[in-house]
Amino acid sequence: MIFNDFIFYTLAAILLFAGIRVITTRNPVYAALHLVLAFFTAAGIWLLLEAEFLAIALVLVYVGAVMVLFLFVVMMLDINLDKLREGFWDYLPMAGTIGLLMAVEMVMILSGKYFAPTTVASKSADYSNTAELGRVLYTDYLLPFELASVVLLVAIIAAIVLTLRDRQDSKSMNPAEQVLVKKQDRLRIVKMDAVVETPSVEDPKADKEKS
Amino acid sequence: MEYIKTDLITALPELTVLFMAMFILLLDLFIKPKNRIVIYGLAQFTLLAAAYFTVVTYNPSVGYAFSNMFVDDPLADILKLMTFLGTSMMLVYTRQYMQQRGMFRGEYYAMVLFALLGMMIMISGQSLLTIYMGLELLSLCLYSLVAFDRDNARATEAAMKYFVLGALASGMLLYGMSMIYGMTGSLNVAEISSALLEMNTKNPVLILGLVFVVAGLAFKFGAVPFQMWVPDVYQGAPTSITLLIGSVPKFAAFAITIRLLAQGLQPLAVDWQDMLLIMAVLSIAIGNITAIAQTNLKRMLAYSTISHVGFLLFGFMSANLNGFASSMFYISAYVLMTLAGFGMILLLSRQGFEAENLDDLKGLNQRSPWAAFLMLITMFSMAGVPPTLGFYAKFTVLQAALQAGFIWAVVFAVVMAAIGAFYYLRVVKLMYFDAPKDNARISAPVDMQLVLSINAAALLLLGIMPQTLMQICGVAIVISLQ
Amino acid sequence: MDFLANLFGSYWPAVQLTSWTLIKIIAIVLPLMIAIAYLTLAERKVIGFMQVRIGPNRVGYFGLLQPLADGVKLLFKEIILPTASNKTLFLLGPVLAIAPAFAAWAVIPFDATLVLANIDAGLLYILAMTSVAVYGVIIAGWASNSKYAFLGSMRSVAQIVSYEIAMGFALVGVLMCANSLNLGKIVMGQAGGFWHWYFIPLFPLFIVYFISAVAETNRAPFDVAEGESEIVAGFHVEYSGMAFAIFFLAEYANIWLVCALAATMFLGGWLSPVPFLPDSILWFLAKMGALVFFFLWFRATFPRYRYDQIMRLGWKIFIPITLVWIIFVGAMMQTSLGYLFH
Repeated sequence: MIFNDFIFYTLAAILLFAGIRVITTRNPVYAALHLVLAFFTAAGIWLLLEAEFLAIALVLVYVGAVMVLFLFVVMMLDINLDKLREGFWDYLPMAGTIGLLMAVEMVMILSGKYFAPTTVASKSADYSNTAELGRVLYTDYLLPFELASVVLLVAIIAAIVLTLRDRQDSKSMNPAEQVLVKKQDRLRIVKMDAVVETPSVEDPKADKEKS
Repeated sequence: MEYIKTDLITALPELTVLFMAMFILLLDLFIKPKNRIVIYGLAQFTLLAAAYFTVVTYNPSVGYAFSNMFVDDPLADILKLMTFLGTSMMLVYTRQYMQQRGMFRGEYYAMVLFALLGMMIMISGQSLLTIYMGLELLSLCLYSLVAFDRDNARATEAAMKYFVLGALASGMLLYGMSMIYGMTGSLNVAEISSALLEMNTKNPVLILGLVFVVAGLAFKFGAVPFQMWVPDVYQGAPTSITLLIGSVPKFAAFAITIRLLAQGLQPLAVDWQDMLLIMAVLSIAIGNITAIAQTNLKRMLAYSTISHVGFLLFGFMSANLNGFASSMFYISAYVLMTLAGFGMILLLSRQGFEAENLDDLKGLNQRSPWAAFLMLITMFSMAGVPPTLGFYAKFTVLQAALQAGFIWAVVFAVVMAAIGAFYYLRVVKLMYFDAPKDNARISAPVDMQLVLSINAAALLLLGIMPQTLMQICGVAIVISLQ
Repeated sequence: MDFLANLFGSYWPAVQLTSWTLIKIIAIVLPLMIAIAYLTLAERKVIGFMQVRIGPNRVGYFGLLQPLADGVKLLFKEIILPTASNKTLFLLGPVLAIAPAFAAWAVIPFDATLVLANIDAGLLYILAMTSVAVYGVIIAGWASNSKYAFLGSMRSVAQIVSYEIAMGFALVGVLMCANSLNLGKIVMGQAGGFWHWYFIPLFPLFIVYFISAVAETNRAPFDVAEGESEIVAGFHVEYSGMAFAIFFLAEYANIWLVCALAATMFLGGWLSPVPFLPDSILWFLAKMGALVFFFLWFRATFPRYRYDQIMRLGWKIFIPITLVWIIFVGAMMQTSLGYLFH
């Protein structure tokens, strides 16, 4: 248990550090990388709670896909940092008050009185929460699960509708057509009689044709 | 495997809409732009088919599906039928508008159907999870539809505002839901209600959760103090989309309010009654007074919506079956009025011209007495002038509130309604007593003219004979909430 | 031993476990390093023979000491840090590239008992590790502060993210057949001769997986991230000496890894193809080796893909194929022919 506590506090400290750096660092790429670190440590904490599916899914989805695309965009953008951060600290009183309020609320609510921590019965060795989650998702929670897929579908459609434009100047090619090209389409063999007269060597026209 | 079959039959209308939305999306890839009217026809057919399945599977008792996450009760069926009708009318009104502005695309119809699916899920949501998923589905469709005219800077700005504030509202709703889930240990609305009966309802966590849930709902409705997105979005969005946002989703918002407050959190009624009272009074006051200062018709109607939401909350406030039934009546009346109001704007708009300023209505009577008369009925109904539907709707909610003992609030609302009548009647004055600014001929497809006329006629007829609609609302509420 | 046990007191079992695990890790990593080293030689030799050349034959008999000579050379070269680069990230890049390439080996079963961590979500772990590997490339490309390096890393990111989807879907087919995410159980699901191996019912997925694996490892014909004829050497253009060597190691470690996975998922891992021969780790190594040979063969045979065609192949061809086949497999499992897919 002491060992577990030690790991938890280490991970929690890293998580907090990374989280703070995400919002305080000046460089957006650093911020994104710190967010990656935060996700990783959060996954570590989940592993400690024996929620291995969630932990790995967090790494797989957020670190492996979402943040990669995020970094991609952040690196591509030429962001004027100073302009972006103009007046950043002006929001401090407002944001600080709200943050403090929320923290107080959380502490009041979570401090044992209403949500007392219950000890969870330890699971047998062959218990797999991946299989268990899968079973529940496709039986009890079938409707919300399928609805979530519809929501994602709508998000895809919306993204395409709002951004896709048929470009008139695009020079893209159709690979299927390219592959289907036959020799006859591009090459014409002309039967010609052998040339009888020999051109003189000095003839500039003949030279040009040769080259 | 067997249980899923009955589940699927219960959700047959939803499945129809889902499959047709995806089919339309695919078909649009292969169809030539000039034949796109087929897609419009398919969308209307989908609504018809979904309505047919709703009627066929109608069952005067309450049925559950998908592990009690989905409910099929008369309230759901009737609200769904009303939603289908409203959506169908909206599609009729917007067809020409979208064609003229290059937005007549397959995705528009697919998105509308997906939004419809979201509304249906909200209406049938029996679990916090399904309610939330339906809400997100609807909101996501609406955000993107607002930005559908993507080269229009104002529409894009409106979409951005709508998206950010909508996401905030969803967050609040979800936060509140999580607290309620934490305290009651269940996501199911009925189980939450029974768990609440057995516990101390003065629990601060519960109250905090309730505050967030009510705030989230108020955001979606557009009630004061969470109304700031309404005018900007109504004005910025293409009128056809404003028509959609302003009309049928209110049925779904009504349904989730019933599910969450009346079914789930009824034991906390004492607390949410007060919150609704404040919001209702403020909405009516701010909505009506600010509307007077508007020169843009869409913006004026947005503020009018806020005041209507206030009246709607009066029905909820009484927290009894009579009050809920009167709210349901009000929401039906409101949707019919909104459809007619924005339908008129669409009617007067034409290629390259948006009839969205009050001045554009000047002298409408000289240009087209028929159009002016339709607008007259609509405005009278919105103002609550007897014998229109709007009058009877206001009358029932205020009566319900009066019976529940909110005497001063009712008096205040009546005064505000009288102030509000000013800006509606101003429109009438502009139409009948001012000289027209432009004399362009009003041209609209026959089906749109016909449906719009029926719509306005309904405002009048239902106002004279409200009993049937009132009875339907009453029966639906009584069967479903007991 | 007794002395050590006294020294650590009650922590002795933990210490024992840790050191035993460390020994096992070394037992996996050392042979892997050797395999990587000789893969470089094999590559040069194989491509040499395919192009009717001899390949390296000066250092040692048949050129067998060539990898050692290369290693020594790279070790003694200077690591140049470009002035305008981001020093920390520049050095972090190679580390992030190689760490996941090695870490993923923890769950690969070499035979029925020989596996470092026999965890339930092994397949997910592998997917997570391979998806993290791209960070090395991104960070290296960005930190170098060089146009070519940046272009290379951008290409690599888009490519890897695209092909990861197809690869993941291909593996979904496998776990549908095996009913498990545990790699050992996946192998055991294929027991009973080569006609039980998953590459037969999942043939399209196998092909998609293998081609995606080539793209994931940035190997020819999908090596646009390096693209020496267009963008010099892509993301590692600014690296030299050992830092460069680590990228090289990571690339070859990844080749071995994806081949080991293909052998485990589709070709029955350590199982013998026919019932009368015993199962053994040698089968696993042989299958892996055969698959690796394909990588070298591809490089010697195919011209490089154009970038837009790579993206088209991934999104418009592979993802639909995998989706259709997953639905097909799922549907077939409900019929009386379902036994073919288990």
